Amino acid sequence: MLLDDLILSAVRISLPLIFAAYGGMLSEKSGVANIALEAYLLFSSFCAAAVMALTHNLGFSILSGLLGGVFVGIIFSFFTVKVKSDQIIAGMALNILATGLIPVLCKAFYGTSGQTPSLEIQDRISSTTPFIIAALLVFIGTFILFKKSVFGLRVTAAGDHPPALRSQGINVDFVRVKAILIGAAIASVGGIYLSLGAGSGYTRNMSAGRGFIALAALIFGRWKPIPTLLACLFFGFFDSLQIFLQTSGTLTIPTQFVQVLPYLLTLVLLAVPTGKAQKNFAPQAINRPDL
Amino acid sequence: MKNFKESLLSVLAGIVLSLIITSLLGESPITIIKTMYYSVFSSFDQLSYVLFYTTPLIFTGLSVAVAFHAGLFNIGSEGQLYIGSLFTTFFSLTFLNLPSFFAITGAILFAFLGGGLWAAIAGFLKAKRGSHEVIVTIMLNFISYAVCGYFILGAFKNPHSQNPESAEIGLQYHLHRFSGDAPLNAAIFLAIFCAILTWLLLYKTNWGFEVRLIGSSLETARRSGINIKRRLIEAMFLSGGLAGLVGVHEILGHAYKFKDQFSNGLGFVGIAVALLARNKPLMVLFSALLFGALSKSALDLELDTEKITRDMALIIQGLIILFVAASQRRKNAS
Repeated sequence: MLLDDLILSAVRISLPLIFAAYGGMLSEKSGVANIALEAYLLFSSFCAAAVMALTHNLGFSILSGLLGGVFVGIIFSFFTVKVKSDQIIAGMALNILATGLIPVLCKAFYGTSGQTPSLEIQDRISSTTPFIIAALLVFIGTFILFKKSVFGLRVTAAGDHPPALRSQGINVDFVRVKAILIGAAIASVGGIYLSLGAGSGYTRNMSAGRGFIALAALIFGRWKPIPTLLACLFFGFFDSLQIFLQTSGTLTIPTQFVQVLPYLLTLVLLAVPTGKAQKNFAPQAINRPDL
Repeated sequence: MKNFKESLLSVLAGIVLSLIITSLLGESPITIIKTMYYSVFSSFDQLSYVLFYTTPLIFTGLSVAVAFHAGLFNIGSEGQLYIGSLFTTFFSLTFLNLPSFFAITGAILFAFLGGGLWAAIAGFLKAKRGSHEVIVTIMLNFISYAVCGYFILGAFKNPHSQNPESAEIGLQYHLHRFSGDAPLNAAIFLAIFCAILTWLLLYKTNWGFEVRLIGSSLETARRSGINIKRRLIEAMFLSGGLAGLVGVHEILGHAYKFKDQFSNGLGFVGIAVALLARNKPLMVLFSALLFGALSKSALDLELDTEKITRDMALIIQGLIILFVAASQRRKNAS
């Protein structure tokens, strides 16, 4: 019973991480470093909640959540792929932009400082099941994409050795844009989950660094589908364990120690292998607009 | 000169685009411009507030700029400034009976040391293990929030307050304030001093030449026998130390205690500051002034307009970063 609760809560916490991590995976595998995951999550969860508050229509709401994330993806891909700006800087800028734009929109539309109106219970997706199914689909889809599909191979090639792909007459930029946009849509599901599933509406800075934890999970999982999934679940499990220990009052170690665990583990992982080994895991052409 | 023009254009484009966004939301751009103008220039007091907001941005801007010169993207100034502040808080709460001069000097050195050591972790991992500094500093940022929370709510806790903040530092640690109302304090001189010193270090010493060579052409640096690993760690130490000095401004100059999460993104604004200044230490002063004015006027926008919040500053910052980055796309990465 207790373990059931713990596992369920771990899954719940992992869900947004999973969507964001796979969203990031597509982009990073294609050679575009993506630290804009936070912006995807923020904007998609805001759009979904805002449209839900306005229309009370689930279909519209989910659609606009996805479009919100993809919109961020379009800007991101324009600057990284077309203009060839530094990918990290562009991602950083979008994160800052999203944290600034959303509160201003909230103020203008609702007169609040950074949240959308609270949603009634019937407007929320109170069951976790659809999101779990979606996460499984994303996982299986990504797995097949990279193992079996031509597009997946092209994405990997765009990330590892773009000149080879180019010599085949394939438009590397186009492959990257597609990968970024599909990734943005996947990450947006995580945003939709945050505001419609886990919460009841958008609250200020809703993603609370989850985009970065997802990035950590992606690196921890060495950009591979199965290890990345495990890393997300692992981080989610520790977070739920910490919440459980805290609420049950049996916690003797400070919460901060548990909070930093995902970051600390990623750091240790980054510290252990030597540079060469590490570079073999990361897509070779990542943040190399010159390639 | 071309760079300067591009920077200016990026700023203009950022401001114009955000004015378009806000006018779509129903706030007249003229009202916004007027409010922002009066917020900055209407009185001496207002101007001193602007300089107050500028001070920490000089530190974080220099921090990011120094790392950029070594070819490193230090996204971790935010964490480094927190650890610097923590060190300085530790120093001020530990040595209670020092005369003012030694107290303040010691606290400044500790702020630098804290930020520097925290950043040196990233430098070390980069140099010795090839770990990407961006990822490492992102992780270190989150770890620093927890570390600071742990000490502020624990060992350094303010016994007289329910707020998440440290105990107050002694009077001998307080920096001089220029006028009663506005919080502008002597830390701004330290900031200007640091900008000049950083410029001298980077452009007038052998060390600076080597660091810049590593950043501009790793292969040449390697061939000329520069101790690259060592320089990378040192550059990160300097970068983090500069960020740590934000603690001097905040703890010794403003709040007189460590308020949890006080920074709220100063380190990230530093990225914008450095980018706009093209990493030139002396230009950082002006770039920080611009962003300081932006922060100040955005606060007044929140008070004086119906629809705009202080987050307007973030929108303009984000846009400026996007445009500057677009105009100086990387020629050759690593």
